[in-house]
Amino acid sequence: MYLSKRIGTFKILVLLSIFIAASGCTPDDPYRSSERGKNIFYTTFVEPPKHLDPARSYSADEYDIIAQIYEPPFQYHYLLRPYTLVPLSAQDMPIPEYFDRSGRKLPENVPPNRVFRAIYGIRIKKGIMYQPHPAFARNQDGTLKYRKLSENDMSGINEVKDFTVKGTRELRSDDFIHEIKRLADPQIESPILPILEKYILGLKEYSDALRRDLEDIRRERKKKAGFSYNQTLDELENPIILDYGKHPLPGVEKIDDYAYRIILKTKYPQFLYWLAMPFLAPVPQEADLFYRQGVLAERNITIDRFPVGTGPYVMDTYNPNMEIILSKNVNFHDEYYPSRGEPGDRELGLLDDAGKKLPFIDKIVFKLEKEAIPRWNKFLQGYYDNSGITSESFDQAVAISASGRANVTDAMKKQGIRLITSVRPATYYNGFNMLDDVVGGYTPTKDKLRQAISIALNYEEYIEIFNNGRGIPAMSPIPPGIFGYSSDYNPYVYNWDSAKKRPVRKSLNEAKRLLAEAGYPGGRDREGKPLVINFDNPWTGADLTPVIDWYIKKFALLGIQLENRTTDYNRFQDKMAKGNFQFFPWGWNADYPDPENFFFLLYGGNSKVKYGGENAADYSNPVFDDMFKKMENMDDSAQRLAIIKEMTSILQRESPWVWGYHPVAFVLYHQWVKNVKANPMANNTMKYIRIDAAEREKLRYEWNRPNYAPIVIVAAIIVIAILPAVIRKKRTER
Amino acid sequence: MLAYMIRRLLYAIPIIIGVNILTAALFFYVNTPDDMARKILGEKNITPQAIENWKMDHGYNFPAFINTKEKGAAVVTQTIFFQKSVPLLWFDFGRSDRNNIDIGAEIRQRMWPSLFISLPTFAIGVTLDLFFAMMLAYYKGTYIDFLGLVAGVVLMSISSLFYIITGQYVFGKALRLFPISGYDTGIHAFKFVVLPVIVGIMSGIGAGIRFYRTVFIEEIGKDYVRTARAKGLPESAVLFKHALKNAMIPVLTNVVVSIPFLFYGSLIMETFFAIPGLGNFTIQAIQSQDFAIVRSMVYLGSLLYIAGLILTDVSYTLVDPRVKFE
Repeated sequence: MYLSKRIGTFKILVLLSIFIAASGCTPDDPYRSSERGKNIFYTTFVEPPKHLDPARSYSADEYDIIAQIYEPPFQYHYLLRPYTLVPLSAQDMPIPEYFDRSGRKLPENVPPNRVFRAIYGIRIKKGIMYQPHPAFARNQDGTLKYRKLSENDMSGINEVKDFTVKGTRELRSDDFIHEIKRLADPQIESPILPILEKYILGLKEYSDALRRDLEDIRRERKKKAGFSYNQTLDELENPIILDYGKHPLPGVEKIDDYAYRIILKTKYPQFLYWLAMPFLAPVPQEADLFYRQGVLAERNITIDRFPVGTGPYVMDTYNPNMEIILSKNVNFHDEYYPSRGEPGDRELGLLDDAGKKLPFIDKIVFKLEKEAIPRWNKFLQGYYDNSGITSESFDQAVAISASGRANVTDAMKKQGIRLITSVRPATYYNGFNMLDDVVGGYTPTKDKLRQAISIALNYEEYIEIFNNGRGIPAMSPIPPGIFGYSSDYNPYVYNWDSAKKRPVRKSLNEAKRLLAEAGYPGGRDREGKPLVINFDNPWTGADLTPVIDWYIKKFALLGIQLENRTTDYNRFQDKMAKGNFQFFPWGWNADYPDPENFFFLLYGGNSKVKYGGENAADYSNPVFDDMFKKMENMDDSAQRLAIIKEMTSILQRESPWVWGYHPVAFVLYHQWVKNVKANPMANNTMKYIRIDAAEREKLRYEWNRPNYAPIVIVAAIIVIAILPAVIRKKRTER
Repeated sequence: MLAYMIRRLLYAIPIIIGVNILTAALFFYVNTPDDMARKILGEKNITPQAIENWKMDHGYNFPAFINTKEKGAAVVTQTIFFQKSVPLLWFDFGRSDRNNIDIGAEIRQRMWPSLFISLPTFAIGVTLDLFFAMMLAYYKGTYIDFLGLVAGVVLMSISSLFYIITGQYVFGKALRLFPISGYDTGIHAFKFVVLPVIVGIMSGIGAGIRFYRTVFIEEIGKDYVRTARAKGLPESAVLFKHALKNAMIPVLTNVVVSIPFLFYGSLIMETFFAIPGLGNFTIQAIQSQDFAIVRSMVYLGSLLYIAGLILTDVSYTLVDPRVKFE
């Protein structure tokens, strides 16, 4: 009886295994069976987004989501390089009009200092409809259906899709204007408001007026509530809706329902790039009115979580603790895959879908995967369609050829995995405190001290050790792909090696010579005391200790003592703000592909200590600053290029930064993912991607057949091991 | 019993208030509102004005404990402590500093995934611990006992992180029996729960077996066991029927105090298995310096600890009639 029961269990297990094998089921599949073979793209996110409100969102991982939903006036062409802006929700690219102080129209190539007003007239495409959304739902009398929600209306409603009635309407110029006004709303805390206030006529005054309104309302509420007033709780229950129409904003004008104009206080050609970012995408007023209701805010249903746009995708499920799902927008307007690309794109199959209607994928599923190991393993199992490469998995994924070319390893090739690389429009650098008595200053001896350190910090080695070769040593702040980038080497750090036909870092002896000329022979001053430099960094993680050690060793090669002063990020920021540092690491990701967005990091008017700007080194050279002012708002031209070259030369000589490196992104894709081309400036690229879901399904099954044998063997060993003792005990008891 | 519990609950009030004040003081000493603003606003274009605005909009523009600019009760009420920490006493957790979400709603949502993992891990884990401990006690002196003890020491010496990574590799990647990580709702959660539960049980079983084995062996050395054996009862009946019941006090001390914490989840496990529970929530809040969430979770932790102690005291009376409430 006992034995027959065991045999019965064994039979069930065998039958279950056969059933699983026959049904094509892979028990390690993290998705529901209903998703099998569907046209869904699976990818990951590492931490929940902070903001999905286009006026607040300012990080790459958030843009991966909202750029598929919101449509600003312009976008970057998917295939063309250098980065080219093309219309998205706009009808065409605007030609800015420039005027002098007397209102006289100026030619397009006028120098920035003559421009008093710059006007961008933007015409939007007709017939673009918003995604279906309850914010647009109306009653028969035309009033908004969900405008005054009470607790009774909220039964069964946990997210936006739970509302039964949805509506839509056509995109209008008012929505673009409304979004610009939202940027000025102090409750929204838009990170780009300080920048746009400098350019858009009257925006500063407008935002100040809104802040005053907000403070008045709060004061009034506090007075009414008395000592028990709690601002946070009060505004949760009764959100404050500021009246955007109460104050004038002369810098933004509506022309008609399909056109508006933005008036800038100066010539600012880079403004077009801002118009390609979600910050200036249209947001309908209905959405704001809908979301700013206490009963919705209490349930975390806000515009910061549930966007409302006209783009190819809509927010289907927002569970940032687990997954974010975007699904195709049924109201998406006609947009087609580009027919033009770079040379070589056709051969790579990147024009195979030319002219086809976008988007191709029905759903995009972002799964929360904080840890690298499970993320990587699930990619190898075929459950994620793309993956980055961590240092731990780098050797498994990438092989570097003798010529230095990166490609996937044979194991990856066998799985049909492809590697896509791209130089990111970013720079990672080490800065000197130019206000510091030891490392700062503008005399030739100070230059030599910084040049010597720049030579000793061998970034080719750094990139090899800590980045697995994923980076290009920088010669200036400008990364490749940006106007003004030059492949010329930095003559203060490199020599030209005619045999190798490439620049080679100067020798340590050269660095030591410069150090001696700077007054520190062998790393000691005239009194024989060692030169000690503080290394201020926020690298608290244990994984960064080897990096700090590397810096210490490199400085030691010159006889300089590098004193590590690691603090948490807040203390580090505090030190930077107060100028209480000597040598620090930092980085910058471009907002837009223009040299101004890099050189401004060294413009004296942006000094962090003096003005709270982004110039963390507090570098200030009047000649450089003059050239910056001249160059910043110029159109790309030979003249601008010449100025950039001169500015680069000054920077290389004075070396306020050790020019670090420009990171290179490595992303792996499975063979079933088509139309992949890296475009670090564009974020709305998911609409171009196509997948072969049938091929994916076949390969997933092939790669993930379960293996029960080791379990059975281990169980058998345990039973055999304990059986003698059991029998003996039974005998003893008997 | 009711009077005892009311008394214990009253004792808990000053402890809770103390925890509240201490947490607020510690946080503001380590992490000022300026630091929070800087961290939360991000790295780009952060002006001093933006920091001031953030503080004002999030209610951090007050003094920490005493507001000398106000008059009357407002001296106390218009402070960060009163505005942010006092509402916790009536479970008003407020909004997250990082992304303004309702913390209470988030806790209510996230406690379920934590429970789905921790409840079976706890229940099956304790059952297996007791079962194997009794087996070792039953086979005391044999090679099974010896091997069991060695295995127990080995298992308890290994870091839980090792169990997680090895479990994911062996069961998820090599044998392909379970998803490596992830979570789903409803019935679909089952396949994601199995592996973390196995790993959770494995990481606790070594210590559990050793502890309970000691308890049982101490128990079977007592007079009543000798009497039972003398009556001719089989060893299994002695152990499983008599010794188990009498060994319940130390077992309960160990077990009941952990029950309230089950809903708190596991910090590391949830992160590695991508379980959207409260453990994950807390880790995330610590990493992003979301004071509002950390404050709420610390407060909740202190409540759970007190609840665990009261429950343990109550459970003693259920298994041992000699224990009386006083």
